[in-house]
Amino acid sequence: MSKSILILCSLFAVAAACGSAQATVRVQATELQGPRVLSEQTKAAAIRDYLQSWQILGQAFEQNRADLLNTAFVGTAKDKLAATIRQQAALGIHTNYRDRLHDIQIVFYSPEGLSIELLDKVEYDVSLAIGDKDKTAQHVSARYVIVLTPAEVRWRVRVFQTDPK
Amino acid sequence: MSARWRVLSCALALALLPAAFCEEVNLRLPKVVEAGQAFLIEGSGSGKATLYILGPEQVLKREVQLGTPLPIAAGTLCNAGHYLAILVAESSTESGSFDVAPASKPASLSFLAKPSRLPAGLRGAITGAVYVFDAYGNLITAPTPVSFELSSPSGAMQKHIVATQNGSAWSAMDSTSEQGNDRFVARVGDIETERIVGQVPGDPCGLKMNARQSGSELFLSIDPVRDCNGNAVPDGTIVTFTQVFNGGQSTVDVPLKRGIAEVKMASHPGATISVASGVVMGNQIRWEK
Repeated sequence: MSKSILILCSLFAVAAACGSAQATVRVQATELQGPRVLSEQTKAAAIRDYLQSWQILGQAFEQNRADLLNTAFVGTAKDKLAATIRQQAALGIHTNYRDRLHDIQIVFYSPEGLSIELLDKVEYDVSLAIGDKDKTAQHVSARYVIVLTPAEVRWRVRVFQTDPK
Repeated sequence: MSARWRVLSCALALALLPAAFCEEVNLRLPKVVEAGQAFLIEGSGSGKATLYILGPEQVLKREVQLGTPLPIAAGTLCNAGHYLAILVAESSTESGSFDVAPASKPASLSFLAKPSRLPAGLRGAITGAVYVFDAYGNLITAPTPVSFELSSPSGAMQKHIVATQNGSAWSAMDSTSEQGNDRFVARVGDIETERIVGQVPGDPCGLKMNARQSGSELFLSIDPVRDCNGNAVPDGTIVTFTQVFNGGQSTVDVPLKRGIAEVKMASHPGATISVASGVVMGNQIRWEK
């Protein structure tokens, strides 16, 4: 096996809350830039909260409810996603995002401990419904750059963006 | 028209009919566009259709005339992300995907600096982390040089240039030898963000006690207290005088006042007197009188 150790993480009960099929999660060995040591507990919490953010995103987009984002997103990420949901609602469409595979690597833990950056090669299904009619479904692979910041009791997603590299 | 021509015309029309209903629509998309830039989307064929551009980051809907390029104006699609373009025509649906990349020009920095206050003269004790964003709030993931600059009140400067990786960069600086407010600046091109780092004197250095007889008592005082960089330790800092004598011990805590601490203690011949402030020990005196 290559340098990066692939850990199949069925440990992460990604979709337990909503009853949908669980995404497969791989966590690559951490190759951090920065002087701060990332403890296993912090790493597990950050990944758990990030994966949960996909579930919340899926529910928010499916129901066109921007308020659902508050739990998991903050700052720019929340503002952009909420704006998209409002646009969807205005256009009379719904989108359904279902994550299927995550391949995660944590790449930066800022020295003061106030942000964690990770890369995620995500595979997800997205479908478009116009009114009540499903129009199309697509399988998408994308590389996401994520920045998490700590909130009261969990990590929240502050940057949620694909990287076209 | 002869009967033969009528039959041929009808046969031709019937043959073309399915093609007209199931006309293939092809969608031509750019692979990557820069956030906020104008670009074209083309759908071949004829007739009208509705184009949806979908991503978690943004959604657009446009009515299009097939066969005519659809311009997406500058400033329309501004959020970096992976987008699906779905063209819904009367009888068919066509889709494709493309990426919107962050703009290359930085417009803002998120700068986390810590701590906001610390003792002077510590190595690598001030850290700064930066995330670089474009004008639309997209994280610029292409390597970008960030200059970290820490300057003391006297103008002395430390400067580190670090290239971002995946949009982030960090650096550690030494706190300078002078007390006062340092400017900690992160700079990318002509964009800069500043934080103020307060530097206070460090622990006392070279605590020196003097003793003399004052009547029946012992008068103890210390020289003005400074840290190892020569900064005056602030008034209020506690200095502890301890006298150990045959069968007993007495301790007095005295706050610094105008840089010095003074106290009178009962005199015990043969006593050992020591002075300390925090974890720093000063000299020791054996009082024989």
